[in-house]
Amino acid sequence: MANGSIAVPAGREEVVDFYKHESKHKGIMSWLLTVDHKRIGLMYLVVMIGFFLTAMTLGFFMRLEMLTPGQTLMKPQTYNTLFTLHGVIMVFLFIIPGVPAVFGNFIMPIQIGAKDVIFPRLNLLSWYLYIFGGILALISIFTGAADTGWTFYVPYSIRTTTNVSLTVFAAFVLGFSSILTGLNFVTTIHRMRAPGMTFFKMPLFVWGIYATAWIQILATPVVGITLVLVILERTLGIGVFDPALGGDPILYQHLFWIYSHPAVYIMILPAMGVVSDIIATFSKKPIFGYTPIAMSSLAIALVGYLVWGHHMFTSGMSDTSRVIFSLLTFLVAIPTGVKVFNWVASLYRGSIEITAPMLYTLCFIFVFSIGGLTGLVLGTLNTDIHLTDTYFVVAHFHYVMFGGMGLLFFASLHYWFPKMFGRMYNEKIAKLACIIFVIGFNGLYFPMFIMGYLGMPRRYYDYLPEFQTYHVIATVSSWIMISGILLMLANLLRGLRHGSTAPENPWDATTLEWTVPSPPPMENFDEIPVVTKGPYDREGLKEASLKH
Amino acid sequence: MDSEKEKAIHEHESHSHEYGVYILVFFGLLALTAITVSIAGLNLGSLTLTVALVIATIKTCLVANYFMHVKFDSPIFKVFIAVCIVIFATMIGLTFFDLIFR
Repeated sequence: MANGSIAVPAGREEVVDFYKHESKHKGIMSWLLTVDHKRIGLMYLVVMIGFFLTAMTLGFFMRLEMLTPGQTLMKPQTYNTLFTLHGVIMVFLFIIPGVPAVFGNFIMPIQIGAKDVIFPRLNLLSWYLYIFGGILALISIFTGAADTGWTFYVPYSIRTTTNVSLTVFAAFVLGFSSILTGLNFVTTIHRMRAPGMTFFKMPLFVWGIYATAWIQILATPVVGITLVLVILERTLGIGVFDPALGGDPILYQHLFWIYSHPAVYIMILPAMGVVSDIIATFSKKPIFGYTPIAMSSLAIALVGYLVWGHHMFTSGMSDTSRVIFSLLTFLVAIPTGVKVFNWVASLYRGSIEITAPMLYTLCFIFVFSIGGLTGLVLGTLNTDIHLTDTYFVVAHFHYVMFGGMGLLFFASLHYWFPKMFGRMYNEKIAKLACIIFVIGFNGLYFPMFIMGYLGMPRRYYDYLPEFQTYHVIATVSSWIMISGILLMLANLLRGLRHGSTAPENPWDATTLEWTVPSPPPMENFDEIPVVTKGPYDREGLKEASLKH
Repeated sequence: MDSEKEKAIHEHESHSHEYGVYILVFFGLLALTAITVSIAGLNLGSLTLTVALVIATIKTCLVANYFMHVKFDSPIFKVFIAVCIVIFATMIGLTFFDLIFR
C-alpha cells in the first residue's frame, strides 16, 4: 500500500461504494440527512458550482456593460448591484469555502486514514448553514440588493437605502458555517489520524487544510461581530462606526480586513496543498522540501494575520502603521516563495506527465506568480498610492483569487474526479478547455493591469474613450474564458455519464485515498491502515504493490 | 498506552467530582464581580480601565482553568489557547498602533 502496510480486505471486488450503500433514508433524503463526509463534500460541490455559474453570469454582464463607454446595457445602480453580488457570491460562497468544503470534506479524512470527520453531524450542520446563508444572499438580490461592493465599507453601507442588512446577515451566517468546518477539521486532524501517521507523514494537502482550519476558527468570528455591528449601526445607530455619532469608520476597515485578508489564505492554502500532491504524483518523485512546504503553510497562516492594513494605505491610517503593515506584507512573500521554489525543484529531473490536473497546476504557478508579484507592487506604499482603487487592484486579486484558487479548484476537480465519481473524463478535451481558459483569463485580466496603471478607476460603469481598446480586449477575452469553463464542465458531466470506469489508482499516486476503491466504500476503509512510509514515498508504493 | 489512558480517565473522574473546588471558584467569581462593581464607583483616574481588565482577566483564567477544565487537560490545549491569546493581542495591538499614531 502507498502509505504503509494495509491488510487487503477480503472480497474487495464486492465492496459497495458509498453511492450504493443502503442507509435508513432513501432517495433525496439519503443525501439531505447524510452524515457521510463524502456525500456532504459532493453536496457542497453541486451547490457551489451553481453559485459559481451565477456569479460568473453576473460578471459576464458586467463585462458586457464595459464594452463601450457610457451606458451600454444597464444603469449605474444596476452595475453597482451587479459587482456587489458578483463579489459577495464569488468570495463568500465559492472562493473561501471552495477547496476546504468540497475536497477537504471528501478527501482529507481518507488521506489521514479515517472513516469520517470527527463530528459528522456538525459537518452536516455546516452545510445547512452554508445553504441558509446562500439563500439569504440570493433573497437579498430581489429585495433591494446591496450596492456597497463586497467590502460593505462604512459610512456608505450605513447610509445606503439598499438592503445591506440582509446581505451582511447572509455573510454572517456563512461565517458560522466556516467556523464549524474549521473546528471539525482541526479536531479531525489531531484525533483521527491512522496509526503511524505522524504530522510529518501527512500529505501536504492535509497540512494546507489544517493551517486553513485554524484561520477559519480564529479570524472568522472577527468579521461576524463586525457585520453584526453594521446591522446594529443601521437599525439602532449605536455609534461604533458612524462618524456622525462619534464612531470610527477606519475601525470598521481594520475589523473587516482582520478577517478578510486571512480569508485570502483560507482560499489559497488548501489549494496550495493540492499543488504539492499533484506535482508529486505527476513528476513521479517525492516532493522536494516536504518540511519547509508544510511549515510555510503555518507561516503564511500566521503572518497572513498581520498584514491586513495594506488594504488601508489610503484610508487615513497613521503613517507609522502604514510602514509596519507594508513591511509585514513583504514578509508573506517569503513562505510563499518557499513553496513556489520547492514546487519547481520538485519538477526538476522528474518524470513529468502532463495530464489535465498537472496542466492546470502548471498554469496556476505561472498565473499565481504574476498575481503574487503584483501584490508586492500594491504592498509598496508609494506605488500603492497611485494604484489604489484602480483596475490594477482588480487585476491583481483576480490573478490571485481566480488564477489561484479557481485554477486549483479545477485542478482538484480533475485530479480527484476518478476517485469521487469512479469515472474518467476525456483527457484531451480537459486539456483543451484548460488552454482556452488560461488564454481567456490572461486576455481578460492582463489589460486591467495596464488600465489601472493608466488610471482607470474600479467600480465605475463608465470610462474615458482612451480605455476602450483595453475594455474590448477584456470583454472579448471574457467570452473565451467562459467558453473554456463551459467546455470543462461539459466534459466532466459527459465523463460522469459516459466515461470509462476509473481504477483504484489511475494516476499512480502515493497518498492513502488512492488505496481505496473508486468511488470509496462507506466509511472508506475496512481496516484502518497502519502508516509506515511518507506520503510521497514511491518505494513504499512499489513494496506494497509487490505484496499485493 | 493503556495505563496512560486509565490514568487520564482516573484524573478526569477525580477532577469531575471535586465539587468543593467548583463552589469555591464560583464564590471567588462572585467576590471579583462585587469588587468590579465597587471599584466602578471609585475615581481611580487612568487606572480605572486597567483595574477592571485585570479583574476580568483573573475571572477568565478561573473559568477557563476550572469550569472549562483547561487545568486538567493535556498541554496541547494550553498551546492552542496561548496561540489564540497571542494572535488576539497582536490584532488589538496593531489596531491600537494606528489609533495612537494617527
